[in-house]
Formats: sequence, C-alpha cells, structure tokens
Amino acid sequence: MSTHRRMRTRATLLTGIATTAVSIVALTGCGSGGSGSEEAGGDVTIEFAQWWEPELPDGEFRALIDTFEEENPGITVDLVSGPYASTKEQLFAGAASGTMPDVVGLDGAWVSDFAKQGVIADLGPLLEEAGFDDSQLVSQVKVDDSTYMVPVVNFVYPMFTNDDLLAQAGVSAPPETRTEFANAAKSVSDLGGDAAGWVLPLSLEAPNGVQNDVMSWAWASGGTMLKDGQPDLTNDDVTSAVEFIGGMWDDGVIAPGSFTMKEQDKVEEFTNGRVGMMIDSLAHINLIRETNPDLKFSISAVPAADDYTGERGIPYASWGIGVAENSENKDAAAKLVSFLMSEETNSELSTMANAFPGNTESVPAFVEDDELFKKAFEIYQAGYPANEFVGLPVAEELMRKLGAQLQSAFDGQQSLSEALEKAQTEWEAEF
Amino acid sequence: MSLRTVTPPDPETLLGGAPPRKRRQLRRAGESYGFLAPTLILLFVLMIVPIVMVIGYSFQDNVILKSSSEFTGTTNYVTVLTDPAFWKATGNTVFFSTVSVAVHLVLGLTFAMLLNSPLISVTSRAVFRALYVLPWLFTAAVIAVLWRMLLSPNGIVNFLLNTDVEWLADPQLALGTVTFINIWAGYPFFMVSLLAGLQGIPQDLHEAASIDGASQVQRFWNVTIPQLRPIIISLVLLDLIWTSQQFALIWLTTGGGPIDVTEMLSTYTYKLAFANYDFSLAATAAVLILLMSMILAVLYVRHQKARD
Repeated sequence: MSTHRRMRTRATLLTGIATTAVSIVALTGCGSGGSGSEEAGGDVTIEFAQWWEPELPDGEFRALIDTFEEENPGITVDLVSGPYASTKEQLFAGAASGTMPDVVGLDGAWVSDFAKQGVIADLGPLLEEAGFDDSQLVSQVKVDDSTYMVPVVNFVYPMFTNDDLLAQAGVSAPPETRTEFANAAKSVSDLGGDAAGWVLPLSLEAPNGVQNDVMSWAWASGGTMLKDGQPDLTNDDVTSAVEFIGGMWDDGVIAPGSFTMKEQDKVEEFTNGRVGMMIDSLAHINLIRETNPDLKFSISAVPAADDYTGERGIPYASWGIGVAENSENKDAAAKLVSFLMSEETNSELSTMANAFPGNTESVPAFVEDDELFKKAFEIYQAGYPANEFVGLPVAEELMRKLGAQLQSAFDGQQSLSEALEKAQTEWEAEF
Repeated sequence: MSLRTVTPPDPETLLGGAPPRKRRQLRRAGESYGFLAPTLILLFVLMIVPIVMVIGYSFQDNVILKSSSEFTGTTNYVTVLTDPAFWKATGNTVFFSTVSVAVHLVLGLTFAMLLNSPLISVTSRAVFRALYVLPWLFTAAVIAVLWRMLLSPNGIVNFLLNTDVEWLADPQLALGTVTFINIWAGYPFFMVSLLAGLQGIPQDLHEAASIDGASQVQRFWNVTIPQLRPIIISLVLLDLIWTSQQFALIWLTTGGGPIDVTEMLSTYTYKLAFANYDFSLAATAAVLILLMSMILAVLYVRHQKARD
C-alpha cells in the first residue's frame, strides 16, 4: 500500500471515529443536564420554574426578583420561564427524574400527584424557619395535613353580564339567584338571532369548564362535591346545580357548540356580544376591553340557590408556589417564597397580574382605579375562594370524566342522576 | 540483464504478528463500522432503547412516577383489552382510517387525472396543482384551528348553508366531520404521487389500446390502474399507517369528544399517560398499537420486496 493511500485510509478511519465520538458526545449531552442548585464560594443559585413571567408585562417579574436578590446577597435566582403547558411537562418530567427546579410554580391540580410522589416539600416547617407567619396566607393547599402549595395570587371567576343584551331582553339588573338567572337567560335567547342566554364550555380536551362553569354553581350556594375528602357527586348540592344546568339546556338557552367549546371560545362568544352571561376569569377583563371596546359589561357574584343566604364560594385559579424536595438549598428557596408572599411584594405582584393577592394584608393598586376590579374585589372579600379540585388526584381527568357523563346526559343518552352516579363510580376509582 | 523489482517488506508485517491481508480486512471492516456507527448509535438510542423500555413498562406497574415499580405480568394487557373504551377507540380508528384512505385515493386519483389531462394548459396546470396541494402544506394545528372556526355554530359554513348545525359538537356528526377534515388535509399526498405515476405511463400503451378500440373507461381500468397499482398499494399502506396514528388533528378539534365518539387509539393512549399519569397502561396501549401497525408495516415491506 502506498504511503499516500495509507494516509488517506487512516484519515477516513479517523474521520469515522471522530464522527462516532461526536455523536456519542452529542447524545450524552442530550441526556445530561437538569436542575441544579450550584454552590460557588458560599453563594447559591436557585432555579425557579414558572409560567408567570411570560404572562406579566415585560421585565416586571425579573425586576421583582432582582429586588429579592438585592435584599438577599448570596442568593441568585435563575428564572426558568415558559408557557403553562411547557412548565407542566417540564415539572412532570423533572418529578420523574428527580431533577425538579428548587422553587416551582404550581397549579392546584398537580399538587396531590406531586405530594404523593414525594417530590415537593412540606412548606410548613420551611416557612417557619424562614420566619414567615403563615396566618397571613389567604389559603394553603394541603395533602394529608401538610402544606405543599401556597397560592401566590388568585384569579377569581365571577359572573360577567352583557349590559346591552340584558337591557334589550328587559332585564334591568344582573341576576342574583338561579331562578333570576334562568329567566334572564331565557329572555336573552328569546331575542332571536345569534343571541344565547348563557355559555357553557364542556370540551374534553380542556375540561376546566366542569370546574369553572358547572361546579361553580354548587360552590356559590355553599355546596360541596366532597365528603371527608372523598367524592360525593350524588349529594343534593351537586344534583341541584346539575339539574339547574340541565333545565337551561332543555330550554335551549345555552349557546350552541358546548361539547367542543373551550374557555377561549367562551370568552370569544361573550366578547362578540353573542351571549348574555358567562362565568369567567377576572384575568380576561382587559382582553375583552381591548377586543371589543364598545361592549358594556358588568361583574357580579355567581347566582346562588333561591333560598341560600350564606357566604358564597367563588371559584378561583391560582398561581401557586412550592419547593422541590430534591432542592439542596431549601432555606434559600423558602426565603424566596416568603418574599413573594410578603405584604408589599404580594401587592405588587397581584397588581402586575391583575389578580387578587395570596396575602390577606395585601391590596392590589388596581382596585382603587378601576370600577370593575373594585366590584370584583368586593365579591372576593364578601365570599370565600372555592375550588375543590385543588389538591385532588388527577384533577383534570376527574373533570374530563364528569364532563363526558354530563355530555351523555345532555345528549339524552342517560338521565342526569345516572350521569352523576357513573361519574361518582369513576371518581372513586381514582381516589 | 534482467531487472528485478524488489519490494521492500512492509514494516508493519515485520513488527506486527498478523498477516497483512487479515490486517487489511480488519481495518476495512473497522472503517465500515466506523462510518456506520453514527447511524447505528442513533438507531439504537432513539429507536431500540425507547421501544424496549416501553415494552418493559407495559409489564410493570407504577412506572416512571414511582420508584417502586413491580413486574405484573400480563395484568396491564388484560386491563386494556377488557376496557370498553379501548375497543370503542379501536372501532373509531378503523372507521377514521379506512374512510380517510379510501376517499384520499379516489379524490387524489381524480385530481391527478384532471391535472394530467392534455386539455389543460401548462400554466393552468401549475396554478391548479399549487391550489390543490395547499391543504398538505398546513400543519395539523393550523388545519384544526381553521376548521374549528369554519365549522363553529356561528361559522362561515353554517352561514353559507343557512343552517345551525353543530358539526364538531354533535355526537352524531363529529366522527364524520373529523374524518372529512382529515380527508381534506391528506388527499394532496395521493394527488402528487399519483400524478407522478400517471406521467410515467408510456403514451404507447394508451395509443395501442385506442387502436384496439378500447373506450376511455376501458383504458382507465385496463391501462391506467394496472400501471399505477404498485404506487397505489404503497400509498394506501403508508396512509393507513399514518392516519391510524393521527393525534394532533383529533386532539385539537374535539379532544376525543363529544362523549367518546371521536376517541382514537392515539387520544386514548395520550389520556392514559398525561391525564391519568398511568404510564404503565399507556405503554401497554402503545405496544398494542405498535403490534397493529406492525401488521401494516410488514405488508408494506413485503410489497416493496415483491416490487424489487
């Protein structure tokens, strides 16, 4: 073999080996990494994964975290921000592989699963050690008597009413009871055209309509869907709420397309002036105003059963916070949680997010400037935040199962009581 | 005087023990494996390892989310195979796939023949080809959003038809509607492939058939179809495999609902994994889908081999 040929062969052989090596390194790189608290020269870096930063005005959340870093020299916070769905996937993957970020943004629906896996830490002792008085907290999400999540800010779900449409239908004030609501819905639907009295999203892809638009009727009348932490869907509270909705379904006052309708479709129907009333997150006020500046609408508490006079439960969704069990810097993580829950910071954060604070002492600035928010804050303070899905196992799947049974009942394939009984059996299997 | 060429001995032969031919063969084999290695490693890491892991998960409980998973034998398979929802999803998938593929074929062939017609000028052909191929260029998410808006109770389709049909939300119509959307999204693949096939049929065959007195219809059945048969079989098998695994379109339009009328094997498996967090059952359902797809894949490979 000539020297030239031999060199060429060697070169190709080396190229092959190099390519192989690069592939291995690249693949190894794909699999490595993960969370981590790093420690260098006494300073700690904690990771905080959440979906909040992209939903807040540019740079405001980072500025808040910068304040924390100034107040706590030696702690650096690495914000891991992404959309809600990506954060959820990342956390579930992190939970499985034991690489959860130190501080995690939590949705109440995930808490039970994470707590049972033992991947999130009991916040009680951590906050106590950090010197935080937990009596300031509006609520705490517990599993087996241990606090795993603290709601940082709450988005409540009051009733929105289209003032013009209601006035045209001869309804002068937002309904306060179920009967008034059903009558108002009927009057709006009787206007003809595209108008419908109420809108009920029951999509099985995003089944949170079961929580916000169905179960809210039971909670608004002080009802419950649980008994001793176990499913109790066949009780009078849930039955009367579902029968009330079934009555409106039969009357044809609910906007068409319910079975595949999602939350954003609901808001769109209301924004375009096609429905008289909806139950929706306060977070959408600005979106509705921007999309249809001419729409006149009001906010009220979700109507209660006619004879109910007690405090009304108001559905809510939270930006919750927790600390990973695998975190090596739990004390630093607890300091960050305490900072976000402190009166001043919590007021600031709830103002940024147009949400209600998780600290009882905090008051967001917008309630002073905006009539609708002021009204919503009054409703919030007059009632109590109610969301029994928070902390339940596979909460989203529970909503989906009940949603499918309700669809079947509304479609005439079974009675409402049969639907509730079947959903009860399905729920019991998940507990 | 004769000249003799003296070849100096290979220093490697003098130093090393193995005979030169063997060393050369070894080196050549090493080179070959060196070049194959990146592909082999990728195949191993991205295909073999995940498949083996999923098959392993299907025989255990509490996988991924808990560290205490145990071997459970065929319990997961019994659970999935006795679940009425699994069979409902299988039935829906079979309907969705077979109707989609059949109509894809008919529509694709019709449009391909229209575009192949000598009656159409080159420019018109290019314009129509671009128009007809458009649905194929959209991603499933775009198609889902587009059709959700078009078919909503207040959408343009109901406006044009002067109806108030709940196309996607009515349990009686939903499966047909998502099948229609999938047909719309997928026929261009058939059209483009069959058009290429049609253009490859020698004109002599048609001329000979015409001279023999064959009508247009006879030429279609006796010349065009037999010439296209290998392409048609490949397309049908590939489309069956793809359509039976369609997830995004179903999930984004109906989420498997209303009730369970559009539940497919893909959405059933997804819900087991990401709504129930039961990765063992999800892995079991995935293995069952793999086995079903394998039947189609084997048919496809055998057909390809027969062609070669």
